Amino acid sequence: MFKILKKEELSDLVILFEIEAQDIAKKAKAGNFFTLRINEQGERIPLTIADFDRDRGTITTVFQKMGKTTHLLGALNAGDSIMDVIGPLGMHSHIENFGKVICVGGGVGIAPTYPIARALREAGNTVISIIGARTKNLIFWEDRMRNVSDELIIVTDDGSLGRKAVVTVPLDERLTEDKDIELAYAIGPAIMMKFVCVTTQKHNVKTIVSLNSIMVDATGMCGACRVEVGGETKFACVDGPEFEGHKVDFDLLMSRQRMYVNEEKIAFERYKEKSGVK
Amino acid sequence: MEEKKEDKEPKKRVNMREQEPLVRARNFMEVPYGYNPEEAVAEASRCLSCLNPICRKGCPVAIDIPSFVKLIKEGRFIEAAWKIKEDNALPAVCGRVCPQEIQCESMCILGKKGEPVAIGNLERFVADYEREKGEVQIPGRPKLSGRKIAIIGSGPAGLSCAADLIKSGHQVTLFEALHKPGGVLIYGIPEFRLPKAIVEKEVDYISKLGVKVVLNAVIGKLFTIDELFSEQGYDACFIATGAGLPMFLGIPGENLNGIYSANEFLTRANLMKAYLFPEYDTPIKKGRNVAVFGGGNVAMDSARVALRLGAEKVHLIYRRSEAEMPARKAETHHAREEGVEFLMLTNPVRFIDDGKGNVCAVECQKMELGEPDTSGRRKPVPVKGSEFQIEIDVAIPAIGTRSNPLLTKTIPDLSLNKRGYIIADEETGMTSKKGVFAGGDIITGSATVILAMGAGRKAAKAINEYLKWKYWDTSRFVGQ
Ligand SMILES: Cc1cc2nc3c(=O)[nH]c(=O)nc-3n(C[C@H](O)[C@H](O)[C@H](O)COP(=O)(O)OP(=O)(O)OC[C@H]3O[C@@H](n4cnc5c(N)ncnc54)[C@H](O)[C@@H]3O)c2cc1C
Ligand SMILES: Cc1cc2nc3c(=O)[nH]c(=O)nc-3n(C[C@H](O)[C@H](O)[C@H](O)COP(=O)(O)OP(=O)(O)OC[C@H]3O[C@@H](n4cnc5c(N)ncnc54)[C@H](O)[C@@H]3O)c2cc1C
Ligand code: SF4
Ligand code: SF4
Ligand code: FES
Repeated sequence: MFKILKKEELSDLVILFEIEAQDIAKKAKAGNFFTLRINEQGERIPLTIADFDRDRGTITTVFQKMGKTTHLLGALNAGDSIMDVIGPLGMHSHIENFGKVICVGGGVGIAPTYPIARALREAGNTVISIIGARTKNLIFWEDRMRNVSDELIIVTDDGSLGRKAVVTVPLDERLTEDKDIELAYAIGPAIMMKFVCVTTQKHNVKTIVSLNSIMVDATGMCGACRVEVGGETKFACVDGPEFEGHKVDFDLLMSRQRMYVNEEKIAFERYKEKSGVK
Repeated sequence: MEEKKEDKEPKKRVNMREQEPLVRARNFMEVPYGYNPEEAVAEASRCLSCLNPICRKGCPVAIDIPSFVKLIKEGRFIEAAWKIKEDNALPAVCGRVCPQEIQCESMCILGKKGEPVAIGNLERFVADYEREKGEVQIPGRPKLSGRKIAIIGSGPAGLSCAADLIKSGHQVTLFEALHKPGGVLIYGIPEFRLPKAIVEKEVDYISKLGVKVVLNAVIGKLFTIDELFSEQGYDACFIATGAGLPMFLGIPGENLNGIYSANEFLTRANLMKAYLFPEYDTPIKKGRNVAVFGGGNVAMDSARVALRLGAEKVHLIYRRSEAEMPARKAETHHAREEGVEFLMLTNPVRFIDDGKGNVCAVECQKMELGEPDTSGRRKPVPVKGSEFQIEIDVAIPAIGTRSNPLLTKTIPDLSLNKRGYIIADEETGMTSKKGVFAGGDIITGSATVILAMGAGRKAAKAINEYLKWKYWDTSRFVGQ
């Protein structure tokens, strides 16, 4: 059992948990994720380790309520426990001093972008960050991101905070202006990562994305998470989740993410009925 | 004396009663009911108690078969179970899943003229009897040795090694990556062939002996082997991580929705209980027309799970002929009875998309048997112009597994063979790295439960020796 020490509601849909997990905290690095199972009937879902505190023995995760499992998770409170927490999983980010880098975080993808931006900054990079979401209420960690970025650009689709634009607009501008940007990082919905890659490819800037395919064991045993990178099949849970974005088949990723839409709907409707969630 | 009996017409084997094929093909309950005491005694009475029991030579752990069968004959069932447990810690499992027809029963003298003694069924009977009726004995804890051993992986190899080492007085920790212990016995082999309650009981038993079971611990990620030695004070470790990396066919369209590795399909169904969705949260595609590729136990299990999930048609597609299929005979027989359709000498060449990212058909090719290959089996070669399509909505390649590099790649000083399996001495499990032993599927590739258990026991013995002398000689096997 893994105890939730802190809960913070970052927006209507986005929740932060600090979870007691001594051993995982000791080993976690930027880019790692973990898998959890809430209870005996629960499924295993992966979430990124958005932060960790080795001294206190905790990991922090930020998740967006999507369907049954994330809603059920969001219904837990500080003091409650999660049955299984497994990690740290996946390859951690490759951090070095590249010079100037640009980090793009979309929606709940802001959370996993944070430790990467921080690590890049600590390694000596100049970090430009762009964070974006549909609307103001879905933006969080503005302060944290500002602390680890030399420059922070905020965009919302509806203009309720920062600039009214999608992330690719300021991205394109910066890449046009700053010819010395060596690397881009993009984490967010698959469709956002796809268009970030279209943009960076135009400017010939290498781009790392973090692929959120459907997973089960997350240890390389099942192949549920397979993605195509450079024409080759890879397992996102062990070979990734980070890959070179220009080589990723995003259409396949998005198609595979939809594999269980019917089942997800059944599970969520059932959950809503039982728990009285609107 | 033996000769005389042999001349007589041998009595017929007592078959196990089982669920009707068309009923069981729709539920997940165990297929055979097992013997009752009368049936067990009747079957045991067929055994000739040979003075030179060649059946034992067929058993990889040389169980004293005539002795335990004799105890059954005399109605001393619990003692019979203990007799088996001298050599095999998991009789309820082995009685159910050993390929007896190529092991113990293949050697039984009665098999020369008629049917061999049903050794597996008898083993299963006494183990079940002991579990249900007998008081499971927990031996007192031996004097503590002060030594600590880490076992990585809780499949049959890890479980049996742990059981032996704890009896020697060591402190034993069993690390398991998944949230349930048992390895393939839990995530791979389905409920209807090996009820999970049996595996849970076995694990429970070794925990009661004092083995500490740590779940959700992915070694290589959470701790490295070197950290187990240097930071956590372990004196030796045994790697028994199995061969859990699925192989795919490598043909176009294989990443379409609806195509599962057998590992994924079985893990969803068994470990995650997806057949109980939406009671359980993990979903699984319940295909109407399913194709399974392969001819081993894993393929049979996948096909039979697909049927039980409600498929109308399940095709089992294998590129050689039925004679070459490596599955246990009992499984092939059961699968066919339940309505799985066998398509032999057939090979898939590509999967076809329904336009929305889902598989809707598979194109296959007929094969014919050519010259024998290196394995001695006749090699299948494609027949030109024989392509045809089968409509499917779920496909399951079950064509084998490889070694999972997750742990091994974090141990640079461990020698692996070309295929990524750990190189270890067969008799002791010693590897190229001092203090590290390995056994089971991670050194042999996919094999059997009983071989993995045997490897666990051999390693336990060798670990005991090593703890005494700290002697490490790898010249015999490393560098091949
Ligand atoms: C490596 C990785 C890191 C992730 N990190 C985060 C994170 O930090 N914060 C966050 O909010 N989300 C993260 N996700 C996504 C998160 O796992 C899904 O949102 C969650 O599983 C949805 O479950 P649900 O039952 O609430 O929703 P559902 O309604 O069941 O599913 C919504 C969508 O989530 C995806 N999904 C469903 N089940 C799984 C599964 N078992 N594994 C992966 N994806 C699934 C599917 O694409 C699905 O369409 C990450 C995913 C991956 C692979
Ligand atoms: C579907 C199926 C059906 C089968 N049917 C039969 C049968 O009828 N008869 C028969 O004799 N054999 C059968 N087999 C083969 C048999 O199950 C295996 O040979 C046997 O289980 C191997 O045992 P093992 O202990 O080496 O590994 P496994 O049983 O594979 O167990 C390995 C364990 O190690 C864990 N692990 C892996 N990596 C790590 C890590 N880094 N850290 C921590 N833990 C880790 C895994 O999660 C797993 O639990 C079947 C196999 C399958 C897949
Ligand atoms: S362990 Fe397996 S091979 Fe040995 S006697 Fe029992 S069933 Fe036969
Ligand atoms: S099982 Fe067969 S070979 Fe073994 S002792 Fe009995 S009759 Fe002889
Ligand atoms: S989730 Fe099973 S292999 Fe990646």
